[in-house]
Amino acid sequence: MQTQEKRTYQAVIGLEFHVHLATRTKMFCGCRVAYGDEPNTHTCPVCLGHPGALPFTNEKAVELGVMAGLALNCEVASRAVFARKNYFYPDLPKGYQISQFDAPICTGGYLDVPVPEGTVRVGITRVHLEEDAAKNVHVGESGRMHGSVGSLVDFNRGGTPLIEIVTEPDIPSPEAARATANHLKAILQAIGVSEADMEKGQLRCDANVSIRKPDGSFGIKTELKNMNSFRYVERGLTRELERQQGILEEGGRVTQATVHYDPVADEVHELRSKEEAHDYRYFPEPDLLPLELTAAWVQEIKSRLPELPEERKARFIKQYGLSEYDAGVLTADAELAGFYEKVAAEADPKQAANWTTGELQALLNEAGIGIPESKVEPGHLTELIRLVEKGTVSRSAAKDVLGFVFETGDAPSAVVEREGLASMGGDELSGTVDEVIVANPAEAGRVRDGDKKVIGFLVGQVMKATRGGADGGRVRQLLMEKLDGQ
Amino acid sequence: MAEDSRSELLSLSAYELAKKIEAREVSATEAARTANARVEEVEGDVNSFVTTTPQLALERAERVDARMKNGGIKLWESVPIAVKDVLSTKGVRTTCGSNILYNFEPLYDASALLNYGEDMIVVGKANCDEFAMGSSTENSAYGPSRNPWDLDRVPGGSSGGSASAVAAGEGWWALGTDTGGSVRQPAALCGIVGLKPTYGRVSRYGLIAFASSLDQIGPMTRDVRDSALLLQAIAGHDPRDSTSANVAVPDYLAELEGGVSGLRVGVVKELMGEGVQPGTRETVESVVRGLEGAGAEVGEVSLPHSRYGLPAYYIIAPAEVSSNLARFDGVRYGLRVPAAGVHEMYRKTREEGFGDEAKRRIMLGTYALSSGYYDAYYAQAQKVRTKIIEDFRDAFSRYDVLVSPTSPTVAFEIGSKINDPLAMYLSDICAVPVNLAGIPSISVPGGLSEGLPVGVQLMSDHFTEPTLLRAARATEQVSDFKFTLKP
Repeated sequence: MQTQEKRTYQAVIGLEFHVHLATRTKMFCGCRVAYGDEPNTHTCPVCLGHPGALPFTNEKAVELGVMAGLALNCEVASRAVFARKNYFYPDLPKGYQISQFDAPICTGGYLDVPVPEGTVRVGITRVHLEEDAAKNVHVGESGRMHGSVGSLVDFNRGGTPLIEIVTEPDIPSPEAARATANHLKAILQAIGVSEADMEKGQLRCDANVSIRKPDGSFGIKTELKNMNSFRYVERGLTRELERQQGILEEGGRVTQATVHYDPVADEVHELRSKEEAHDYRYFPEPDLLPLELTAAWVQEIKSRLPELPEERKARFIKQYGLSEYDAGVLTADAELAGFYEKVAAEADPKQAANWTTGELQALLNEAGIGIPESKVEPGHLTELIRLVEKGTVSRSAAKDVLGFVFETGDAPSAVVEREGLASMGGDELSGTVDEVIVANPAEAGRVRDGDKKVIGFLVGQVMKATRGGADGGRVRQLLMEKLDGQ
Repeated sequence: MAEDSRSELLSLSAYELAKKIEAREVSATEAARTANARVEEVEGDVNSFVTTTPQLALERAERVDARMKNGGIKLWESVPIAVKDVLSTKGVRTTCGSNILYNFEPLYDASALLNYGEDMIVVGKANCDEFAMGSSTENSAYGPSRNPWDLDRVPGGSSGGSASAVAAGEGWWALGTDTGGSVRQPAALCGIVGLKPTYGRVSRYGLIAFASSLDQIGPMTRDVRDSALLLQAIAGHDPRDSTSANVAVPDYLAELEGGVSGLRVGVVKELMGEGVQPGTRETVESVVRGLEGAGAEVGEVSLPHSRYGLPAYYIIAPAEVSSNLARFDGVRYGLRVPAAGVHEMYRKTREEGFGDEAKRRIMLGTYALSSGYYDAYYAQAQKVRTKIIEDFRDAFSRYDVLVSPTSPTVAFEIGSKINDPLAMYLSDICAVPVNLAGIPSISVPGGLSEGLPVGVQLMSDHFTEPTLLRAARATEQVSDFKFTLKP
């Protein structure tokens, strides 16, 4: 859209992710991590910040944090230190967040992100552990603190283990930012570090964005917040880059600020700089000893690291003979990839890929759910592919069968029987084809004379006569045989 | 029980009382009644407590007696105790001497109290300087405690209420907390024994934090044997406190009477000079001569960086306090002053809830941690801390136990230093290096000066409490002092 400007102004984007770790309990106490439960039912003196209560570190969270760092090609520190980040907010019961500052668990990694033009290598500055804040609920029309009649705090979320992942400002465009986010999400899911469900707030993304001027000098960056889907990451960044570019073109200066993306209006708003004048006064958390991460322990975690999406994709291409595209689609979602592998073990891998990335994916998208929530089991798809192969159902009828399976969870063979979707047998179909030839002598004659285009019309007539109960390819083949032979 | 048998009970040490109860000569309930009666009698004079809990003490004493019949109790469980009001007691108001927690009832008991036993016979929550910050209890929102030796003088602080309670017989012993001398200095000023264990020896879970890297709970008792027994009751590893040490707890009574023959005792040169009252210095010197007479090898030792201890302490402790006191914001518990918005509510609540000293230290700490100042203050203070640790390491390579005055002066008059923070801070000049190094230390009465008790401070290496207690027991025996109830 802006070819001229693109050549002169270059976007410089860095992302910051907050990722809930898939632990059973919170970061510094034994309360369960749960989503959607009654407010304030998973709390204790520690996560409520009661006087005298002390944190104790969830070892599983440290392990998952290290695992994430290893998957992102980071150096794991031998000694990591928790630090207090001090600020006042009602959702922060201690008046500080236990985080990490100058000695995080992991530093200096990278992520190779597939984009349409190839691959972008995005540097990972650091991965650090921290606890999540609680959740403020503002009572009143706006849903925000300003203008609300009152506020309530739900401490269920407070203390949930988090990692913060900070990238280098290596990302060249909003599209690449979205791809980075998607790729990172796939990795985190694949290694079981997080469910990374954005709707549950398990994955959150902020961006630092600036524009590099034609002379190569870097611009002033702003921090873009409130992008609760990756689509909004892309759109918010696009809007913010437009805003910054507008300022620069008018000869103005971008000021360092926090910018809020409003997805409804598809606009960005600069927050008053006063609201973010923070000095967090970090200092080492005296209630916790430094984490000593031994090389042997890190090595042991590394040996248990599951296959990453990139590795899996390469294996799918090699092992199942899939296209780059299909392998990419399947491995972008760890659940989908796992589903596919179960189908491919029992049925033709290419057919399995076609069905999984095609019809099944379409049904999932339409319903807005993921594979774990759907009623379709790998065995269903295996059975369906076999039914098509044996000619029991036509390919087009099989799509309907899958639709029924998706709705009911019934076995495909049962659906075929119940809905009368079985293909016509050979003799019956042959008879119908003969009838159509007799009924359409002019068209049949033109096919015999070599006008192959007309055959489509005849196929259509057969399909109509069988009410779709025949396989189109088989019909075409029969017609060709019969009309060629005479 | 007759008046004279009660006064006979009151003359016993905690250990002697526990033995008497163990022998069924008297019940824990009777001990609790005696303590309650003594509180009635003297509390109006000394103001040792923010909250007295006579009913609770009786109920728990009855449970202790019942359990004794059905099997047995730990020796210490039958002894009524005063608990500093910074230690969380389930369902019992815990104010930290602050208005901001005027109505706060904790949801749980501190681990150290649970170690002692669920039926701990608590006679009351002892007064202290607000959030344990001070050396006189004058910073309490509930009025100062008074020194039982002279009611116009301070009992010291911050555990001044615990000290005055023990000196006055309101319970046979007490728990205090020591961040920069807060157990030892009031013990010294009230003529009792105060022990600060090695950092990590006693769980801090439930101790409402002043400065997390320095705080430690400690016994305040009539004599050294009682301190050994009370330490036995509260020490131990606690998984809920990551800074508590997973080190086996020895029998603190076993070596107590071993004497000091051959023990190497070093007198700390830097803590015997300027600012130390002559009477105090003479008392310490006299005790040291006594130890030498008992067979100790006495020498002089230098802690060259100890003079930087107080300044470093007054960076590190306020820095931690500025963060630790942030949770008192009126949102979930304690005082809330209603206001239009949340920020205004914070401001008004903290303005009204905190006293001057708390505010002063919050400001000092906030400043010291601010970006641009961190390296010059907090980081520098941590370097000093390392130097002090190295000084002690050197000293302990040559000496088993170090000696100094606990406080440079005897108890001072109420009101005499409250408007001069620096003069007040100097009261802990001998005590704070110990906290910075995390080592154990004990204050033992060494005698009187101007008719007031003088404390002798002994220090030893990390987790060598048995040696420290043995030296303290010998100190007690060579000193010219015998515990008597005051007033």
